[in-house]
Amino acid sequence: MTFNKSLLIPLGVFALLVVFLALGFRLQNPHLLPSVLIDKPFPEFELKDLRETGLLRTVADLTGEVSLVNVWATWCPNCLVEHPELLRISRETDLPIYGVNYNDDNEKALGWLARHENPYEFSVVDDKGTLAIDLGVYGAPETFVLDTRGVIRFRHVGPVTPEVWRETLLPVVEHLQGISGG
Amino acid sequence: MIPEFGHFSLILALGLSLALAVLPAIGVYRRDALLMQTGPSIATGLFVFLTFSFGCLVYSFLQDDFSVAYVANNSNSALPLQYKISAVWGAHEGSFLLWTLIASGWTLAVAAFSRGLTFDMKARVLSVLGLLCTGFASFLLFTSNPFARNLPFHPADGADLNPLLQDFGLIVHPPMLYMGYVGFAVPFALAIATLTTGRLDAAWARWSRPWTHAAWAFLTVGITLGSWWAYYELGWGGWWFWDAVENASFMPWLVGTALIHSLAASEKRGVFKRWTVLLAISTFSLSLLGAFLVRSGVLTSVHAFAVDPSRGIFILVFLVLVIGGSLTLYAFKASGIKSEAQFEWNSREAMLMINNLLLVVATASVLLGTLYPLLYEVITDGKKISVGPPYFNRVFVPIVCLLFVAMMVSPFSRWRKTSGDVLVRQHWPYLLATPVVVCLVTYLVTTGIDLIAVGVETLAVWILVLLARHWWQAGSISSASQLGMMLAHAGIAVAILGVVVTITYSEGRDVRMNPGDSLELAGYEFTFEGVQKVRGPNYLADQAEFSVLKDGEFVAKLRPEKRFYSVAQNVMTEADMDAGLLRDVYVALGEKVGASAWAVRVHVKPFVRWIWLGGLLIALGGFVTLLDKRYRRVTKPVSNNAVGSSV
Repeated sequence: MTFNKSLLIPLGVFALLVVFLALGFRLQNPHLLPSVLIDKPFPEFELKDLRETGLLRTVADLTGEVSLVNVWATWCPNCLVEHPELLRISRETDLPIYGVNYNDDNEKALGWLARHENPYEFSVVDDKGTLAIDLGVYGAPETFVLDTRGVIRFRHVGPVTPEVWRETLLPVVEHLQGISGG
Repeated sequence: MIPEFGHFSLILALGLSLALAVLPAIGVYRRDALLMQTGPSIATGLFVFLTFSFGCLVYSFLQDDFSVAYVANNSNSALPLQYKISAVWGAHEGSFLLWTLIASGWTLAVAAFSRGLTFDMKARVLSVLGLLCTGFASFLLFTSNPFARNLPFHPADGADLNPLLQDFGLIVHPPMLYMGYVGFAVPFALAIATLTTGRLDAAWARWSRPWTHAAWAFLTVGITLGSWWAYYELGWGGWWFWDAVENASFMPWLVGTALIHSLAASEKRGVFKRWTVLLAISTFSLSLLGAFLVRSGVLTSVHAFAVDPSRGIFILVFLVLVIGGSLTLYAFKASGIKSEAQFEWNSREAMLMINNLLLVVATASVLLGTLYPLLYEVITDGKKISVGPPYFNRVFVPIVCLLFVAMMVSPFSRWRKTSGDVLVRQHWPYLLATPVVVCLVTYLVTTGIDLIAVGVETLAVWILVLLARHWWQAGSISSASQLGMMLAHAGIAVAILGVVVTITYSEGRDVRMNPGDSLELAGYEFTFEGVQKVRGPNYLADQAEFSVLKDGEFVAKLRPEKRFYSVAQNVMTEADMDAGLLRDVYVALGEKVGASAWAVRVHVKPFVRWIWLGGLLIALGGFVTLLDKRYRRVTKPVSNNAVGSSV
């Protein structure tokens, strides 16, 4: 049987295609794909600061840096699960974390933060759940990644475990910081 | 407990598909008839366990079991029943379970309806299909388990199904599409099995044909439904967007069309055999590539599933193994295949060759347009570019217009050599009369004559007229295959007419309207009556009412909606239309732009239904060919040199 070299052409074309697909795959961060939930500006709000009750916080306080917004509550068992990881992130990185204290009691919330330490730059009091409704939250905890302009670029439902941080959130944060830095 | 049964059953299915891949192959290797014949029973088991597994997932959705992560992310207790069922394939994990189930269904069908195959061949084919099922099932289990639990703390209610998917079209569209994609695995497996034996005879082409037609017809239905859904659900009035995912389904369709024609030539005349094998491999490869593009997140698209890098890597490796492996096999085995028949430039063979060349070039142009943004990004290290409809219209449309020219005459050409008599002398009155009639009708009905539109319309009418004349003259149709061919070709002509007329003569406007305002468009008078609040099962809506009149006579009341889905926090536009064979009147409600004023989009689209009507005719043609008696006759494999030469 004679071997016909032209029969290798399809294989060659396919190999080229695979190289490009692999390169393209490495290049892109799939979590930045548009979806119905992300790439929308963080909803407008005007809520009290948990610690300095006289201070009203708005969406302007969340812009300027890539940040995390974490929806938490004392009644939420998974919030306690993720708490050590949030503390570690706030200690070891300079990524600001903002809290939305959702459907909670102020006294309890402050006590909780005193007991378990406070990873948040500040928390807002969402005692009527208005912000949570605007965010489409259906259970605490939820964590949003915001870019420098305050646009929601990623949403994570459930506790932020070390794996979630390492494999999911950190790549998004680094990508966004890379964009704004370059 | 039920989701765990489903999960366990999926694991058993993986084991069975592995057995299906290995046991018959060992049987072939050892010439052990008993092992060779294990295929059908394993295939049955595989199908049963996957069906059970799928049933468990459906049950979890019906029971609102939100401890199952996939259910929690894609359903809600307020979701209507039919959407709870279709939500099963509304996102990545469940839709891939459906994909795998369908793959096992095709495998079972091959095991059951392959009396014409020798034991040896059947064992090889089932083994290849088993290998594919193994890949699919491990992808599910290792990267996309739909039964994963959200324990111990699970949400009290689900995040709801994406409102875009809460629609009839989306209940049917994915299963049809997957039937097509996965169905091409059968001709693929036949081609691979034949390559391993090194004997490509007419029998191989005859076995492949009905399976290819069936898969292709399903894919046609899937694409048609997708286009129809985009038209009424996305609220833009468009029916094809050259979106990466649409292209991903269109490419296997184009190459599959080439394969159908090339198989005919290989079966009847023993020509293009190597090429046909390559097409069979390419068609399924493009189906897999489509899956990769949709599920890996490499390309951005409205259709893309939520993604996870491990999935992309898995699919890429799978693509390399399956496609790379089969192309390597092709490179080393296909040189033994010879095509012996000779033919003239005006023969049917030549026509089919032109068909194939044009279809492959058209596919290549779509592939290039789809992947170009990715290539560009890789080469320029991160710069983004998008390739839109202008590219496709400029490159793809001229190619297919050439194809339509070939389509006019090819059905009447003969194998080997066609006399000029058939091509021109019998048809010249029709060839001359058609453009005159088309011009006349265009002149009478519309305001101006668009030359390109008239040209393409003439082509489409030519195709129809010549088919009708052929039908008339033949008196009766000789076989189901021929009837199917004529239906499919007529379907193409109908779809072309729909596309051209819609593009050329549609009228549309975006306006701001207050209740009581009227608007005149294309002879229709639209009056905005007002807006009221309506409550649906899982949404609140602003429902507008428009009355449409023509020449003072009532045509329709249209009630487009702007829906707010409270759980998914999504706003959806629900357009309303008065559909008709000759025109659609279409109203979509935009944003509220004042105290009582609304942005409104109004379209009058002539012939738009013909696009989908044509699509369904094409699919019908594909299904009709399955009734051909030839495919059910039990025939012994024909050797290479005994090629039939019927028409």
